[in-house]
Amino acid sequence: MNATLGAMIDLWPAILAGAVGALVPRKPSTWQRAGIGVIAALLVLFVMKLWPDAAVAAAPSAPSGEWPHLLTFLIGLPLAGAILMLFMPRQSPGLLRAMTMGILLVDLVASLWLLTVPMGVGWHFVSVHDWIPALGIRWHVAVDGMSLWLVLLTTFITPIAAYVSFGSIGTRIKDLCFSLLLLQAAMLGVFLSLDMFLFYVFWELALVPMYVMIGVWGSADKIKAALKFFLYTMGGSVLLLAALLYLVHTYSKLTGTMSFDYLALNKVLLPKHVQMMCFWGFAIAFFVKVPLFPLHTWLPDAHVQAPTGGSIILAAILLKMGTYAYMRFGMGLFPFAAGLQSATLAGVAVFGGILYGALCSWKQDDLKRLVAYSSVAHLGYVMLGLFAGTQASMQGSLLQQINHGVSTGALFLLVGVIYDRRHTRTITEFGGLAKVMPVYTVVFVIITMASIGVPGTNGFVGEFMVIMGTYGSLRLGKFGGVDAVLAAAGVILAAIYMLSVVQRVFFGPLKNPKNRDLPDLNVRETLALAPLVIMVFVIGLFPSVLLSRSAAAVSAFEMRNRLVWMSAQELGEGEPKLVTQDMLLEGASGSAREGMANTLDEMDRGAPVIPPPPAADKPAADKKEASK
Amino acid sequence: MPEYSGPLQNVELSNTLWLIPLLPFLGAVLNAVLGWRLQRSPWGKEQAKKLHIGHLGVSSIALGSMLIAFAMSVAQVARVVSLPHDRRFLYNHLWQMVRVGTFDLSFDLSLDVMSSVMLLVVTGVGLLIHIYAASYMETEPSYWRFFSYFNLFIFSMLLLILGDNFLVMFFGWEGVGLCSYLLIGFWYKDYKKATAGMKAFLTNRVGDFGFITGMMILIWGLGGAWASGEYVPDQLPRLVAVTVDDAAHAEHGNATGSHDAHEKASGHDKADSHDKADSHSKADAHDKADAHGKDKADPRAKGKKEQSFVPGDPAYLTFTAFGGAKVIVDNNTTQPLYAPIVHHNVGAGRHTFKVIMGGATEDLEVANAMFQPNKETHLAAIGPVLSFHNLSDQMAIRNDKGVQPFKEGLAGKRLWGLSLITLACIGFFIGATGKSAQIPLYVWLPDAMAGPTPVSALIHAATMVTAGVYMVARLNFLFSMSPTACGIVAMTGAATALFAASIGFFQYDIKKVLAYSTVSQLGFMFIAVGVGAYWAGIFHLMTHAFFKACLFLGSGSVIHGMHAVEHDADRAQDMRIMGGLKAVMPLTRRTYQIACLAITAAPIPLFAGFWSKDEILWKAFTTQNTGWAPGPLIYLMGLAAALGTSFYMWRSYYLTFEGKPATKDIPKKVHESPNAMTWVLATLAFLSTFGGVVFGFSSHFYGGHGEPLLEEWLHPALRHAQVAFQDQGLAMEHALMWGSVGLAILSWRLAKKRYGPDRPKNWEELESKLPMFQLIHDKYRIDELYQATVIRAVLVLRLVLRDMDKYVVDGIVNATGVATRATAFVNGAIDKYLVDGAVNLVAGVTLRAGNRIRQVQTGRIQSYAYGLLGGVAALALLQFLIRYYAR
Repeated sequence: MNATLGAMIDLWPAILAGAVGALVPRKPSTWQRAGIGVIAALLVLFVMKLWPDAAVAAAPSAPSGEWPHLLTFLIGLPLAGAILMLFMPRQSPGLLRAMTMGILLVDLVASLWLLTVPMGVGWHFVSVHDWIPALGIRWHVAVDGMSLWLVLLTTFITPIAAYVSFGSIGTRIKDLCFSLLLLQAAMLGVFLSLDMFLFYVFWELALVPMYVMIGVWGSADKIKAALKFFLYTMGGSVLLLAALLYLVHTYSKLTGTMSFDYLALNKVLLPKHVQMMCFWGFAIAFFVKVPLFPLHTWLPDAHVQAPTGGSIILAAILLKMGTYAYMRFGMGLFPFAAGLQSATLAGVAVFGGILYGALCSWKQDDLKRLVAYSSVAHLGYVMLGLFAGTQASMQGSLLQQINHGVSTGALFLLVGVIYDRRHTRTITEFGGLAKVMPVYTVVFVIITMASIGVPGTNGFVGEFMVIMGTYGSLRLGKFGGVDAVLAAAGVILAAIYMLSVVQRVFFGPLKNPKNRDLPDLNVRETLALAPLVIMVFVIGLFPSVLLSRSAAAVSAFEMRNRLVWMSAQELGEGEPKLVTQDMLLEGASGSAREGMANTLDEMDRGAPVIPPPPAADKPAADKKEASK
Repeated sequence: MPEYSGPLQNVELSNTLWLIPLLPFLGAVLNAVLGWRLQRSPWGKEQAKKLHIGHLGVSSIALGSMLIAFAMSVAQVARVVSLPHDRRFLYNHLWQMVRVGTFDLSFDLSLDVMSSVMLLVVTGVGLLIHIYAASYMETEPSYWRFFSYFNLFIFSMLLLILGDNFLVMFFGWEGVGLCSYLLIGFWYKDYKKATAGMKAFLTNRVGDFGFITGMMILIWGLGGAWASGEYVPDQLPRLVAVTVDDAAHAEHGNATGSHDAHEKASGHDKADSHDKADSHSKADAHDKADAHGKDKADPRAKGKKEQSFVPGDPAYLTFTAFGGAKVIVDNNTTQPLYAPIVHHNVGAGRHTFKVIMGGATEDLEVANAMFQPNKETHLAAIGPVLSFHNLSDQMAIRNDKGVQPFKEGLAGKRLWGLSLITLACIGFFIGATGKSAQIPLYVWLPDAMAGPTPVSALIHAATMVTAGVYMVARLNFLFSMSPTACGIVAMTGAATALFAASIGFFQYDIKKVLAYSTVSQLGFMFIAVGVGAYWAGIFHLMTHAFFKACLFLGSGSVIHGMHAVEHDADRAQDMRIMGGLKAVMPLTRRTYQIACLAITAAPIPLFAGFWSKDEILWKAFTTQNTGWAPGPLIYLMGLAAALGTSFYMWRSYYLTFEGKPATKDIPKKVHESPNAMTWVLATLAFLSTFGGVVFGFSSHFYGGHGEPLLEEWLHPALRHAQVAFQDQGLAMEHALMWGSVGLAILSWRLAKKRYGPDRPKNWEELESKLPMFQLIHDKYRIDELYQATVIRAVLVLRLVLRDMDKYVVDGIVNATGVATRATAFVNGAIDKYLVDGAVNLVAGVTLRAGNRIRQVQTGRIQSYAYGLLGGVAALALLQFLIRYYAR
């Protein structure tokens, strides 16, 4: 009896799968359903038997108060929800909507747990499981001060976007819910995974639901825009994959083991020119996503065609995948190459992003296109902060990523409001709306102020920190000052294009008779906007709430990059080698050295164990084998 | 001997300062949320009607919050007054905002002697204008919205004034810009008015760009050290213990200050200052090394003979930087202190401090700091600090050799071939030109008159536009370090004063005249702060707030009355259709007249403006602080502007109130404004009369030694500024003073002759025949010039860039797409016709061959027989041929 029970407990996934398979599809006959159930159970059993025994690979002991499966849960819940969605009846959209909202809200509440632990240096909620041991691929998710706020931004924005979508989209609800949930899982995966393979999987996975969203619920030219979006990003990712494989290959040559783990790969020190090529492979993939001039043209098209909810997610979160990945992986894996290129790139960010984006934005007739170009300008600040690489500028950049998510998300939402009413977004169609839609006007003006960085709103703090941090940046050398001054001038342009929109849409006489009876914000829209407006002021007045949690991680990251930079400079064009702590801490001594060593140890928590270095002749043998 | 000493600012803590800005903020929020509904309620309708104000509920929220704010301001200022001279500084730490690496920004408020003056002006004049506006805006449908904005403006202005650091000031700085934008465009249905609001905001943004740039340069300069010409960032601020000079010592310090100034005056030679800069930077580097070494108990300091003191004597610690940081004294971790710490007795002797910042900022340590008995010792933050008082303290710290290492270090830094401090000051001044409407960014202010008149009075005359002056005066310790920048400030001010005054000559719109007058008067204030007479700048700011508010509100009263005969808003402001209002609006006329006397000092001097303007001109004449710009030239420009002021102000007075009414309706239909408005006018007129003599009178005028009240009051805030003036003697001062009054009277006579009660009927025609009339009337066409150059250029650029983005950048992407498709097409074609074609060809040939061959197999025996026979015949023939040829 006991043994049976034990077996049942052991085999619960198979039994569950069998039950689900047998119960869920309603149409077929009993026998058919029984058959499906058996097949499902057997399939799961098969996978379970094949699963490697060493399921848990030397997971670091979790600090108290941290449930190690939290992050897995955060990613897994929407993913499971998405799969479950496939088995739900298409005929009851109310149920589908409720379920999607429920899952997203549970995810939001669960993600708040992340705030309860003090985010110092290093990783939290680490969860490590082997996935494909032969290739060293693991399920490795963790959060630190740098990704914390992006994770929260994701769980915060997606429910809002979903809620808005449910208001404006009436067709194919099931597909919509599926896309939203899958997207949520993929985005969280990108921000949380530390295994590069896992990261790549999520990175690509996020494309699919967005592609569907643009392609299915978009406006007139949707297919072209969806294709452009998909192919452009995909094209960049190929370079990323190539550089990644090279890096893994080098790592395996050096250590004799395979690993895709970020914490393993960042030990590889490549010779200068190789590092440069790998860096560009990574960087271009990320720049497309950001998007950085001149790789930005997919963005306006995608935004113009995407439905409101899609635009919100695209602007608020999807673009942050690029900035985050550049910061974490582009800079983290190749600090030397990133540093060498930063002066050039900062110039691109200032001229191509901040100034060019703003000027392009000014002359757009389509509201969404205008906001899309303003995104290019705002992300110019974000990237400038990263390129400058000082502590202040990077913190500012991190903050600005959140700010952009909040304020641009809100802007797209607002544009969606007016689009739902008039089915046009052409600015000249409007004018004098302040009279008929006063509340809408107030909210729009508030968000506009946030977008142009008026103090007291969120935009100001981030921009201010980026500009100040850029000025003294050593990386940018004598260009730091010029970049900072021009970036400050960009603030003027931001005011120009945003205010002229406000001017043309809301002020002046109400000329167009079609606008005479437009209803003001309804309950749903108000509910969706309220949290965003509140966040605008919370971040604007109390930025230390955010900054204090990310400060330690950013400063440690900056310190490590500096140390690696010095080692890389020493290496020059020499043979690739592994970075060791002794190598990094060469110059330091005494308590300072101890402190830095501690920090580095913290940052390596959860890294795969590198086996003892092979004998002197072994690498050569390995190389031969590898070349075979 | 302590290592560092200096006349630092002793402070007092306050827990209630934040209430002052909070009240208007609450008023704004309440009216924004409830006002809309409140205004529809019938409550208090009758009382409101009796009082001639708008809705009673909305008014009482707005006015009530202002009244309490004013009362609290008075109370706080009274507290400042009650404090001893060297402690007149209230400090209120609210919350920490950013603490990352170089930056430490907290939301801190402070009230010192200078902000006290501003606080009273803003809340006092603000309250008066609120009362006035309640009546003026009586019939406005969006009455609640107006007061919501109005209170929000006061809130921002209070932040600007009370902000203890650049950040909070910038909060207010942009906040007032935003409110100004909202209020100018208050009647947003009129596209032109909304555009004027936008123009104001954008022009101010250009100024803010300068402000931010100045801040960047300053922080950069403070944060970095120049080791062998290379910039080395010094990310963290450091702390040093500084003993505060006691009062007697402070006087001494002041004396050395003026001594330094003399030295500066004598050594204007550029090469000399170069040398100075070099030696300074060396001294700085040396000093920095010292400061770093100090952490490890400098043996030299230890070796020195310690001053005798009884252990247990009180000694006081003050630490106001890094609000919220934990301070551990002498490793006593059980009882940590928390910043800000003021006047905390730690006992005389040596102490060690550890400041724990939290977050990623490294801890700071001060080891073995000497605490003199019965003295105040500050832990002063050195480096990139953004708090005004910490910064000004930093500039005042002396080391034991008597030099001011940090000040000299900053003064010696250079950037892009220029002195860094000059560049930073120019940046800040660009910010000031935006906010305070100076050349070249003054263009928004005349347009801003599109807003309701109380807005023009409060924002565009009395308070917001003076923010630039206040900021420069606040940063006096920086500006006084750079004569070049001071020269630029003073010359810009003088040029603006003159330029704007001349535009005022021939305007017909009464509010436009006052607007240009404001620009011109702001120019005077900038002359004052430029030449180093910071207190005179603040003085003129104050008197100007009185008389210009009075003038604007008077004009508002006139416009209010004129609406009875003229319904077009623009025409109701035109002086050509006024005249003779004296009879119907006696109170308004009298107050306007008094304010005119105050601003022009002619024909009767001794009203408020006389005192402040005269002080400015005198200081300009004797200044030694303006570097390249000679004082007498500034004086002459200022004098000319003052004469112009006298002319155009009296012109506006006569055209409006005297002479014959332009239309017959005026005496019949126009009435004096309601009491709420006229009382406010009377109060302001009273202040315009006596505000000057009370604060500006000096026994010095008859040979005594007394300083004017205001100068003495402001001394604590201005003592770190090193300024010097030539001693030209009392006779000269009197000569200039009465000379300028005499000239102003002449120019009044001229105005009276041309526009006075018995002006010629064709005065308009006479005027338009004057040389340059058209150009001046068109405001020198500066707006058109900007339109044709800068704005046009940017407009063209954006078009070019948009098209470039569409056709070039995106074009390349699309072309790639098209090219890929073309390739695919070709590829497909090749695949279809060549590769598959070959396969199909083989198949086709086989098929066709089979088809042909199939016909052979017919099944008829005869055919087969023929085939057989034919085959045999062929073989036979073959056989024959082979044989034949083989032979």
